[in-house]
Amino acid sequence: MKFTIMINEGPYQHQSSDSALQFCRAVLAQGHEVFRVFFYHDGVNNGSSLSVPPGDDRLIQKEWSELSKENNLDLVICIAAAQRRGLMDEDEAKRQGFECSNMIEGFRISGLGQLIEGGIESDRTVVFGD
Amino acid sequence: MAMLHIVNKSPFEKVSFRSCLNHVKAGDSVLMIEDAAVGAIEGTSFSEKLKTAMGDVSVYVLGGDLTARGLSEDRMIDGIKAIDYAGFVDLTVDNETTQSWL
Amino acid sequence: MATKKFMFVNRKAPYGTVYALEALEVVLISAAFEQDVSLAFIDDGVYQITKGQDTTGIGQKNFSNTYKALGDYEIKKLYVEKESLEERGLTQDDLMDLVWEDEDDDWAEKPSIIMVNRSEMADVMAEQEVTLSF
Repeated sequence: MKFTIMINEGPYQHQSSDSALQFCRAVLAQGHEVFRVFFYHDGVNNGSSLSVPPGDDRLIQKEWSELSKENNLDLVICIAAAQRRGLMDEDEAKRQGFECSNMIEGFRISGLGQLIEGGIESDRTVVFGD
Repeated sequence: MAMLHIVNKSPFEKVSFRSCLNHVKAGDSVLMIEDAAVGAIEGTSFSEKLKTAMGDVSVYVLGGDLTARGLSEDRMIDGIKAIDYAGFVDLTVDNETTQSWL
Repeated sequence: MATKKFMFVNRKAPYGTVYALEALEVVLISAAFEQDVSLAFIDDGVYQITKGQDTTGIGQKNFSNTYKALGDYEIKKLYVEKESLEERGLTQDDLMDLVWEDEDDDWAEKPSIIMVNRSEMADVMAEQEVTLSF
């Protein structure tokens, strides 16, 4: 089966991102396909490159980044939500006239249509939020 | 179509869990994850509401979320099944649709 | 592209959190995909469509007029739960008059709000293929 997963909350503040990570891993382990993971609301902060948690704690953004690279996943950060919250990849930062960007590898920024498309193309859509 | 209802907030913190149970239909499943796992325990002010719903729906809890909060499976309401993430995926496959009560 | 039944579930009041506003943005985008879209207003979600919202005292943009535009985008199934209104001391009169224009009926204005009780809401939810919560 094909899954689209929606994540509405940022890393550490809520358990949503951890739960979604574990769910994604289980989906893949059972031979299903993750069509898309869509990050909305504060969920966009899961794509930040600037997180430095305490050394003995998990680095959630990096876990998503590595899961994405290892499994060729499509992790999409909503552009409207990202603009509100100050998360930008290099192109978007240049477009907006900022000197720096802060998006970790393994994600891409796109529009809300990607969420709707995910729901249409997938067999199951699961939402993690608060 | 059978629906998997996912609840993630404690029934003592928010109304989401209660609201979920007000909308389940016979044959649906309910899965407690994250803080909602505390609702699985026998002898709470929420137990009767949940037990009434269990007449019509199957109820599950993510075992990891239970033990993370210092609660053990032997304290669960009779009839609730503790599962892992593999079981969570199976539930989403077995039910045609999923709704998260946030 | 396939047509699926999408439901957007709104259970939170506006302005205290961003969910109501950002959920509405998803709904508007969904119109471009020509899906069978329904909205559900349950629990505090009913406050999203109350009439007479005035946000001047809180410094936020009043986005309630955007719900009035939904009809223009062919989004015309707004299910409102009666028990949620009653629990909050509200009636349908407290809600905005949301309409759509039926081009097959000489552009007659018809109500988009569909009042349902809890059991009917559960029935509508059971028909959906994709349910998004915010």
